[in-house]
Amino acid sequence: MAVNGPLVTCEVDEGREVLQNEVAYVTCGGVPLKSEVIRIRGSQIDLQVFESTTGLKVGDEAEFSGELLSATLGPGMLGMIYDGLQNPLGELENDQGFFLRRGQYLPSLDREKPWDFEPLVRAGAQVRAGQYLGRVTEGIFEHPIMAPLILQGIWEVQEIRPAGRYTVEDTVAILTNVDAQVRRQVSVTLKQEWPVKRPMRVYEERLLPDTQLLTQCRMIDIFFPLAEGGTACIPGPFGAGKTVLQQIISRYAETDIVIIVACGERAGEVVETIREFPKLEDPKTGRSLMERTVIICNTSSMPVAAREASIYTGLTLGEYYRQLGLKVLLLADSTSRWAQALRETSARMEEIPGEEAFPAYLESRIAAVYERAGKVRLFSGATGSLTMIGTVSPAGGNFEEPVTQNTLKVVGAFHGLSRTRSDQRRYPAIDPLISWSLYTQQMRASLNTRHEQWVDLVQEAHDLIFRGSEIHQMMMVVGEEGIGLDDLVIYLKSEIIDAVCLQQDSFDRVDQATSRQRQVSDFGLLMDMVHHEFAFESKEQAKSSMTHLQNLFFQLKYCPFEGDAYHRYRSQIEAVLRGKGASHP
Amino acid sequence: MIIEHSRIVRVQGDIITVPASGITYGELATVKSRSGLSLAQVIRLRGDDVFLQVFAGSRGVSTGDTVRFLGHPMQVPFGDALLGRIFNGSGEPIDKGPDLRALPRISIGGPSVNPVRRVIPRGFIETRVPMVDVFNPLVESQKLPIFAAAGEPYNELLARIGMRANADVVILGGIGLKYDEYLKFRMAFEDAGVLSRTIMFVHTASDPVVERLLVPDLALAVAEQFGVRGRRVLVLLTDMTAFADAMKEIAISMDQVPSNLGYPGSLYSDLASRYEKAVDFDGAGSITILAVTTMPGDDVTHPVPDNTGYITEGQFYLRKGVIEPFGSLSRLKQLVIGKVTRPDHGYIMNSMIRLFARSREVEQKLAMGFDRTPDDERYLRYGRLFYERFMNLRVDLGINDALDLGWKTLAECFQSDEVEIKQEFIDRHWPA
Ligand SMILES: Nc1ncnc2c1ncn2[C@@H]1O[C@H](COP(=O)(O)OP(=O)(O)OP(=O)(O)O)[C@@H](O)[C@H]1O
Ligand SMILES: [Mg+2]
Repeated sequence: MAVNGPLVTCEVDEGREVLQNEVAYVTCGGVPLKSEVIRIRGSQIDLQVFESTTGLKVGDEAEFSGELLSATLGPGMLGMIYDGLQNPLGELENDQGFFLRRGQYLPSLDREKPWDFEPLVRAGAQVRAGQYLGRVTEGIFEHPIMAPLILQGIWEVQEIRPAGRYTVEDTVAILTNVDAQVRRQVSVTLKQEWPVKRPMRVYEERLLPDTQLLTQCRMIDIFFPLAEGGTACIPGPFGAGKTVLQQIISRYAETDIVIIVACGERAGEVVETIREFPKLEDPKTGRSLMERTVIICNTSSMPVAAREASIYTGLTLGEYYRQLGLKVLLLADSTSRWAQALRETSARMEEIPGEEAFPAYLESRIAAVYERAGKVRLFSGATGSLTMIGTVSPAGGNFEEPVTQNTLKVVGAFHGLSRTRSDQRRYPAIDPLISWSLYTQQMRASLNTRHEQWVDLVQEAHDLIFRGSEIHQMMMVVGEEGIGLDDLVIYLKSEIIDAVCLQQDSFDRVDQATSRQRQVSDFGLLMDMVHHEFAFESKEQAKSSMTHLQNLFFQLKYCPFEGDAYHRYRSQIEAVLRGKGASHP
Repeated sequence: MIIEHSRIVRVQGDIITVPASGITYGELATVKSRSGLSLAQVIRLRGDDVFLQVFAGSRGVSTGDTVRFLGHPMQVPFGDALLGRIFNGSGEPIDKGPDLRALPRISIGGPSVNPVRRVIPRGFIETRVPMVDVFNPLVESQKLPIFAAAGEPYNELLARIGMRANADVVILGGIGLKYDEYLKFRMAFEDAGVLSRTIMFVHTASDPVVERLLVPDLALAVAEQFGVRGRRVLVLLTDMTAFADAMKEIAISMDQVPSNLGYPGSLYSDLASRYEKAVDFDGAGSITILAVTTMPGDDVTHPVPDNTGYITEGQFYLRKGVIEPFGSLSRLKQLVIGKVTRPDHGYIMNSMIRLFARSREVEQKLAMGFDRTPDDERYLRYGRLFYERFMNLRVDLGINDALDLGWKTLAECFQSDEVEIKQEFIDRHWPA
């Protein structure tokens, strides 16, 4: 009936039932193009097509599948590179050459690969959605096979297959319902489906995130920590370092599974991950990092409608692994591109636009996305968590825009990147003056296991940074001669904290990741410096001595932890701090 | 299938509406009017209404004029015979070269490359411009714009860097290019002896505005074909802001709700689908894109440079005739720094920039009339040397010489423990 970019309007026969978010295929010159129902007005159905619509004409057929847009979940997802609709890009490679041809849809999981299945329940057992019926071994994990998450009520295991090798499509159990009047049967395979836009709420309760998720990024872990099951956002102008920060977190975060959603950003950035991860080692398991990673990529030149879906696909995969009792980290870069995809579709549907032409429901959509993260107690009593960090790309780098503002309302931590810091090459360019984390207080008890006064010490350091910044401002107005020696020393101390603790070089092998132990140890030394009462005679002396001290700290941070050089610099610093500080030759 | 239709029922901006059936989305048509023949493209179908964007603009088009549908999307001839040729904004040769109609034709605006078939780029392109080589190295397959206000010598810089790239094929996409600038490019290509491997798609400032829209796609489609055949292609696009402005006009004619300063909400995706054609193919050639994005009002937060910055792999910020160290960025630099270039490269780069930031601060402070400390003197001196030896665009220096000069400059102004460089590099490079 009508074609307007990826928005296609079609007419269905009177009385035919169509579901919102149902998958349909529009046939274009014999090629089926996957699409999703996004609006129903009587017999007029609006579809967003996940592919280029070039070549479509009025009169072309659309076929409705009767199923919601869903992800396929099961063993074999780890290490995969999917597009936004969970097409395996690595498999497309084999038969499609360099370019992504439209209309090619492959199964998300390898259908042929056999898995060693081991049953965990007996026939006759009563089970509910999400309960483990058996397990297969997948690389480093025991991958439990669950009763379909979509089931309602209590079911009885009518049949369970013996241990053996099965593919994802083989039936391993048959369940019948117990409590309903009409007897129904479902067969359970190693894989199952879940509609991506529906949150997976198959658990006993949601828990307060009170355990730290270590990222090995000092500024985050020490000053603005993340919690397992928490949420955070990283807004920043272009080139400020959002992607680099996420990349480094994806490598070093202490978590079981990492899901990377490359949403409307550069293909080249995904390539780095795809090519590097197989070569990197997961420090926890000694296996390749790829084995704990799933990549979902809808890069900026791929169809816009599938970009909207990609975040939901990522969330669904994350929720699935959480059902398995794992700690999952989802990194989305960038949620602004997802919001823009909403905006483009909304504009084509001629909805009434809100601020900056974003649809009025932007706020609730953003909230719904972040709400899917969380730490939960499963029916089995085990816990699982899904943590989400999203980058935001505000127009003009101005945080007063709808996506940033609506995101800030729902997240637990804010790591705001500033242009000033990135221009000065103070990476990561997280601005300590504007960032915050609600988790510091929530996790107080667990953070204080690092050191009995950890939270207070951090607060003290943070205050010093604020103070240092004020003094710096003042110096810009009244000049160095306008401030006192004491203030100058405070400023110089804050500069040392900035240079050796806040700043962290993502491209240096030693500096890029700092273990918990090293964070505690180095931060302790730094605070000894902060607490030290230097007795300088003049500003010139203060500056030259503190520069010398800063250099020692600087050299220290590039030395491997507990190595000879590390101890050498450390004892040099300790020697300075034992004296009166006027050590410089 | 070629269908003739005569009833143009509506003309709004450069969009016309024709009743027709069996027309495919995205297909091409020709519009014959009293101002001549123009190409047009289907941009919307609604029932029996077909909306077309007329590339030569709608001036002179009237109801009753003839529209002829061609049954296929925009195409361009492809082959080695393109080398050395010059085309206009709709892909027709405008030089007096031989006929190209026998060549196979390829569609423009094709699908994106499967990310899995890309490789991590590693080719360092030495430009002998120290602000580029030392501080923001250019890497093969990078997409990088020059941000500049009107009046800056951006096309000279583009040509200068472009000529150094040593590509197999150079493709120029001129969008709203002044005729003089076009001649200058041609002269530059001639002087560098690359004219025989250059292809130009030139839309000049006097051509119809909508015709601009095709230029990047034409240039990139041709580049892509050379790329998959193993060639290393360099695409120069100037000026992408003119391209975005044409997008804006179309969006307004289509009654789209603008998101920012009249630009459509799809501006990001529209620009990205062009820039993302830059690629290093696994087992074939590459496409490097150098572009110019002029900044209206010298404002980087203007929607065009802003969206561009979010798409490209860095930018060179040209200001007052020099490449600004702040605001300029090559995001692929870490792929070559210290790996292809010398190991001390990264440390020199960071330290020099950090100190230069300090020297700018001192300058600001002094501008406010504060006393000068001996410390300030050193920073000022450093700032001056930095400008003369590195920023000045007249400097022409290889990367290793530039790095050595960096060490020398640091040592002339600072003590070794002030520069925040790892001790092992200080030991190795600090001039005695
Ligand atoms: N922690 C870091 N250490 C060293 N360099 C960094 C760091 N973070 C960022 N950079 C530098 O800044 C560049 C830009 O970073 P990045 O690509 O992450 O920006 P971004 O915020 O994601 O930008 P965009 O919004 O355009 O995607 C990097 O290529 C790198 O050169
Ligand atoms: Mg990024």
